[in-house]
Amino acid sequence: MIDFHDLLGLVNYWVVIVLMMAGFYVVIAQGNLIKKIVGLNIFQVSVFVFYISMSKIKDGSAPILDEAIKIYSNPLPHVLILTAIVVGVATTALALALVVRIHSAYGTIEEDEIQAIEHEEEDVSC
Amino acid sequence: MLTSDPWLILLVVVPLMAAPLCVLLRHATAAWAVATSVSWLVFAIALKLLFQVLDQGEVFYRIGGWDAPWGIEYKLDTAGAFVVVIIATIGAVVMPYAKKSVENEISKERIYLFYTMMLLCLSGLLGITVTGDAFNLFVFLEISSLSSYVLISLGRDRRALTAAYRYLIMGTIGATFYIIGVGLMYQVTGTLNMADLSTIMPAVADTRTILAALAFLTVGISLKLALFPLHLWLPNAYTFAPSVVTAFLAATATKVSLYILLRIFFTVFGEVDIFATFPVQPLLIGMALAGMFLASLSAIWQENLKRMMAYSSVAQIGYMVLGVALATEAGLAGGIIHLFNHALVKGTAFLAIGAIVYCSGAVTLKDLHGIGRRMPLLMAAFIVAGLGLIGVPLTAGFVSKWQLVTATLEADMWPLAALILLSSLLAVIYVWRVFEVAYLRDPHPDAAPLKKLPLSMLIPTWVLALASLYFGTHAAFTLDIAHTAARQLMGGM
Repeated sequence: MIDFHDLLGLVNYWVVIVLMMAGFYVVIAQGNLIKKIVGLNIFQVSVFVFYISMSKIKDGSAPILDEAIKIYSNPLPHVLILTAIVVGVATTALALALVVRIHSAYGTIEEDEIQAIEHEEEDVSC
Repeated sequence: MLTSDPWLILLVVVPLMAAPLCVLLRHATAAWAVATSVSWLVFAIALKLLFQVLDQGEVFYRIGGWDAPWGIEYKLDTAGAFVVVIIATIGAVVMPYAKKSVENEISKERIYLFYTMMLLCLSGLLGITVTGDAFNLFVFLEISSLSSYVLISLGRDRRALTAAYRYLIMGTIGATFYIIGVGLMYQVTGTLNMADLSTIMPAVADTRTILAALAFLTVGISLKLALFPLHLWLPNAYTFAPSVVTAFLAATATKVSLYILLRIFFTVFGEVDIFATFPVQPLLIGMALAGMFLASLSAIWQENLKRMMAYSSVAQIGYMVLGVALATEAGLAGGIIHLFNHALVKGTAFLAIGAIVYCSGAVTLKDLHGIGRRMPLLMAAFIVAGLGLIGVPLTAGFVSKWQLVTATLEADMWPLAALILLSSLLAVIYVWRVFEVAYLRDPHPDAAPLKKLPLSMLIPTWVLALASLYFGTHAAFTLDIAHTAARQLMGGM
């Protein structure tokens, strides 16, 4: 049985799961290359939220060495995600650059149209 | 007793620093000179480290002087040192070869960027192998992946762009799955250090969080590994990438992914019997077998030589995973030795194909009639590689298949041994197809004259071909290393 407390108390994790599945679905289902990248970003962001949520403690402050601060959040996952965000930005930039090149080479960024063009090419070359 | 060994970090830092140097130089030949000397330097360091590890055991380096569970620790055991040597060898052989091939395939003003990416990729792959930190591994995984997407997109054909895009999407999903897995493990254990993880793991292994983590890690890495049926990105990426890139990636990138899988299964989950608590074994064996047969069958029908070898790679990955999935010392040793031997064999094959493309501009079988008579020395190297793929005695491929078959028999799984031999027959068919076209057909009478093959391309191809013959006939050294590595991974130092 699902506890009502779990439902609300774990709201961050529910958000993570929803975002993760929504992003993943968009990557698989969308035929537009830009929309796929959008989906990929949503998928990655869900992981960022996951890492940030897991180290947050209720009423926790930043980990500063001070008499007044008794409870603090674990800073390590936050720093890890800073790295992952940078990696995500680099991936997105590279993906967008590739789409620009694909657009100038094929004249379209719809996956099915590109596949049709590639299919024709293969028939000619074989 | 545990002193930091700076050579370990230099292995990663030297190519990492040389990459921006290539950008600053902005000159094709200068960038090539930098990349080649760096790759040879890395090769020397790798050999030094291998002999050091064999002599004195594990080598450590602590970044910033912080002790292990808090700071990032680099660590090299026998399996790691072996993989480092494979990557460094392929790098050192491919770089001299690259000069002519790249001038032919990539426009001049982009060449210095090509070498920048090669160095980044090299550094990422080496980083994955030496790091002892699960998150640091992710960073290196992305360094090597992002640079390999760029390298693939540099191919001449416009289909290289879509191949790179598809690889980017699949690779990013794989890497993201990996960090989800690492995050779940951190949530339970509070550590990212692999050695530390393995000591904490037995206490928490039965929690659902850890099982979910294991599933995410396995699927994510299998995507990067191109384990059947997650291999869809591989054939096009290998077919349309520049020849040098195909040779380099085919011989290193998937091998390093297999190494990550070893690290997860036998270091992080080393103290837990995951093969007993989780149905990993039948799953992996099933996928490995499917890959061995279906990918080999696909290879038989290919007209494009590069694509044929790409499918063959998917099949060969099946053999390695099969060895790992047996989870016995002999099986692991078989997987590890095949990792080494296949790198040599497939490296030779793709370098030979690159040379054919350079000289004739053709890569489909119908345009290569009689190529064996027109380029006898080069095609001989390709045939050596082909025999290695089949596993004919005296080639390196034989040693690893022998080891794998022995391992399956030891584990009382003789049907698997029969299937290994049966799937090798499929390799006979596709290698025979190339042989027949290359030697038994007459060249087209109006075939364009061949460009002269530069020695800088012929020699590296033969270096790898001879190495695969050498390690096929003098297998004791490599088999010893593989057995030691397997024993260490299984935990029986």
